[in-house]
Amino acid sequence: MNIIDRRLNPQGKSLANRQRFLRRAKEQVVKAVRDASGKRGIQDIENGEKVTISTGGVREPSFHRSGAGGVRDYVVPGNKEYVEGDTIARPESGGGRGGNEGSPDGEGDDDFRFVLSREEFLDIFLEDLELPDLVKQKVKQTESHSLTRAGYSVTGSPANLNLVRTMRNSLSRRIALKRPKPAEMLELEELLREAEDRGDDPEKLREMRDQLERHYLRSKRIPFIDPIDVRYNRFETVPKPIAQAVMFCLMDVSGSMTEHMKDLAKRFFMLLFLFLKRRYRSVDIVFIRHTHEAKEVDEDTFFYSTETGGTVVSTALEEMQRIVKERYPENEWNIYAAQASDGDNMSSDNARSAGLLRDGILPLCQYFAYIEVAAEHNMGLSALGRETELWRTYKTVQGPDLPIAMRRVRSRREIFPVFRDLFAREKAKA
Amino acid sequence: MTAVIDKPDSLLYDGADWDYDKIKRVYDAIEDIALKDMGLSVYPNQIEVITAEQMLDAYSSIGMPLMYKHWSFGKHFARDEMLYRKGYRGLAYEIVINSSPCISYIMEENTMTMQTLVIAHAAFGHNHFFKNNQLFQQWTDAEGILDYLEFAKSYIGQCEDRYGHHAVERVLDAAHALMNQGVHKYPKKRSLDLRLEQKRERERQEYQEQTFNDLWRTVPKVAVGGARPSKSVSERKKLLGLPEENLLYFLEKKAPRLEHWQREILRIVRHMAQYFYPQKQTKLMNEGCATYTHYTILNEMHRRGMISEGATLEFLHSHTSVVFQPEFDDQRFSGINPYALGFAMMQDIQRIAETPTDEDRYWFPDLAGRGDGMGALRDAWANFRDESFVLQYLSPHLMRKFKMFSVRDDAEDPYLLVENIHNERGYRGIRKLLARQYDLGFLEPDIQIVDVDLAGDRKLILHHRVTNGVLLDESDAKAVLRHIANLWGYEVQLVEVSALSDAILKEHAVTAPSGIGG
Repeated sequence: MNIIDRRLNPQGKSLANRQRFLRRAKEQVVKAVRDASGKRGIQDIENGEKVTISTGGVREPSFHRSGAGGVRDYVVPGNKEYVEGDTIARPESGGGRGGNEGSPDGEGDDDFRFVLSREEFLDIFLEDLELPDLVKQKVKQTESHSLTRAGYSVTGSPANLNLVRTMRNSLSRRIALKRPKPAEMLELEELLREAEDRGDDPEKLREMRDQLERHYLRSKRIPFIDPIDVRYNRFETVPKPIAQAVMFCLMDVSGSMTEHMKDLAKRFFMLLFLFLKRRYRSVDIVFIRHTHEAKEVDEDTFFYSTETGGTVVSTALEEMQRIVKERYPENEWNIYAAQASDGDNMSSDNARSAGLLRDGILPLCQYFAYIEVAAEHNMGLSALGRETELWRTYKTVQGPDLPIAMRRVRSRREIFPVFRDLFAREKAKA
Repeated sequence: MTAVIDKPDSLLYDGADWDYDKIKRVYDAIEDIALKDMGLSVYPNQIEVITAEQMLDAYSSIGMPLMYKHWSFGKHFARDEMLYRKGYRGLAYEIVINSSPCISYIMEENTMTMQTLVIAHAAFGHNHFFKNNQLFQQWTDAEGILDYLEFAKSYIGQCEDRYGHHAVERVLDAAHALMNQGVHKYPKKRSLDLRLEQKRERERQEYQEQTFNDLWRTVPKVAVGGARPSKSVSERKKLLGLPEENLLYFLEKKAPRLEHWQREILRIVRHMAQYFYPQKQTKLMNEGCATYTHYTILNEMHRRGMISEGATLEFLHSHTSVVFQPEFDDQRFSGINPYALGFAMMQDIQRIAETPTDEDRYWFPDLAGRGDGMGALRDAWANFRDESFVLQYLSPHLMRKFKMFSVRDDAEDPYLLVENIHNERGYRGIRKLLARQYDLGFLEPDIQIVDVDLAGDRKLILHHRVTNGVLLDESDAKAVLRHIANLWGYEVQLVEVSALSDAILKEHAVTAPSGIGG
């Protein structure tokens, strides 16, 4: 008998099969993922998800008898009261009890449920957005710099002096040039003094004095530390991608924004969050909602509480500017902003908003996305080109080199295409 | 019970933790009981310790240690994993593979008592059954299966590299759909070797010489070529070996448009189906045998004082939950539990052999009172499959114990009819019907390839002989036909024919695929 411990064998033998399965069920999984993502909060979109797909594409058919019709016999245990010839009302669910062999592995036409891992979920979620390449370019642009040690140099500031290296050079130079050591000289002086005290042979004394003199001269000519010995630590500036990003969600919450519009906005924010999360180590989210005044709030309040008031967009932009100044210095953070609004704004505020955006916000941002959400049903008007106040305003800001993009969204279906579109355009430009 | 040797130091282990030394000790003790007391004969054992994760992996590759890659395994893995992680379903304590050496997987989470139980159950119970049952002996090659799987895996891997995932997947999908129709149910006629052939020829010659009668020469011969057209059809069928119920075999050998590697893949799937065919036919017996074995062995170990009272209770707890049979109106009922019925029948056989009642003597004149219960069981394990086993050994005593009754469900009646119950009038009926529930030949639809005109339009015609008026599930049948058409390359037609009257009940047809090939 052999006992073999297989526990250390490579795990995940089924991984290849699982990938084949996902590839096979692609269409359904993608759809399931989209549905699932609609139900989640922005930040926990990242976890794995139990998805349900219809068995359509992954059915394993076989020849088997159908569950209905014909004559069947069953033998079952547990008789309590029946005798031969008794009749039993047919169970309501059709097929009958016990021997319903319609689905050999208990599957039938039911939906198929399984759990996607976080990675798989995100991969599928982002797949049709074709984002990753674009993000790379973005990251390249958003580098900051840091210093790294890069060897030694002969010039530099005293603070960067490298003592060890300098002393080593000095020592080897001294040995090479035979500079007398201080200890040797002290010894010689001692000997000379003793000889003088003893009153030795003057000839010998003179010789000793000469030697001492030569030593003095030599040690004076050959400095203990020469400028050529001195070494400094050298630093190089290395571009370093900023590993953190902050995402500003700006939303108009005035009365004109319906639940439907907020839902659209939420989905858009969710996508942006994911997009950033894939690229940066940490992503902060700041929610700013505004009516005629702007306030930073938490996610729940942002999406679900209502407020009444007018609409002054510039307040939100100002609030964002303030928060950036306070907490997110632009050289340390990648700043992204997404604004959702139904396009209303006080006419008097338009010029101010445009100015703020152009001069205050856009220089800070990697990307500023404006989506205008419209009610599902009044598509007539906005579709026929009546541009809203805010749209017209932002349009004046738009320029070929500015990181701003704007889109209109009317229904849930459009969110993905619009999102892809926003970034695809940017990509084409870059 | 004879004298109990109850010394605490005779215990083989104590507590729940297991280690290799304990397993070794326990294995030796079990082996002693199994081989000497029970007279089992087993393949050499190989016991492998695995984690829950690996158990899930093993599940999805139909329990085999290696398997080619296919999405359906991934699908099962995904489902099993979810059920397990969400706590809907536990994992099996063990998996055992019909190979030599016989590989048993045991889980690291098991307690020492569970490991003992599992070793007795799998490494001896199942192992003995695999080695001795005639179905396994006849149809599976325990020595060669692992090598064959190795070959299959690498071959299909190479095909994927060479012809692309998609092409391979297409063939595998089709082959899997036909797996149930991909087995030989009867042994092939062995081709004669030369010496036998000569011998037979000689015997024939001798016979002719002995019975020679010159008169026959004078009888006028029938003119050759009378009924030409019908002969050509039967000739054609004969040449193609039709009718053929092994669809995979037929497609592999005769499909005109398959590439060599596609045929090889069909062959691999066919071999897998054939390898598992005996297991499907002996689930009841196999589990009954293994459960009876572990029950006997662990009781004997307890009697010899090798396992503690606590361990015995743990074993009994687990044993009783395995052999629990819910009644038909119970929420938990999902058919007859093979462990429960199998185990009960094994115990019953032993009872009949050793302490029969008058009724048993009437029903089992050969078996009752023969005394050697273990010997009787070994005979049964060697020579039967589920269907014949039930037909042979299900006793009135057991039918009463299970309170079995049979129900007839005729779609044309508004109600179900109780036909037989566990009484004198019903025993034979119940036994016959229950046996049929285990008869794969009855459970699986009888589908055969009946005709194809290779020189004409090459339309492949299949017949389903409908018994009891139960037709095929239509959408699945369509899908499978589509798969067959993909392999065959031309139109495929399936006709459902009543087995009683030869009347055509339904027809399905699938047109030729637009293109096949790698």
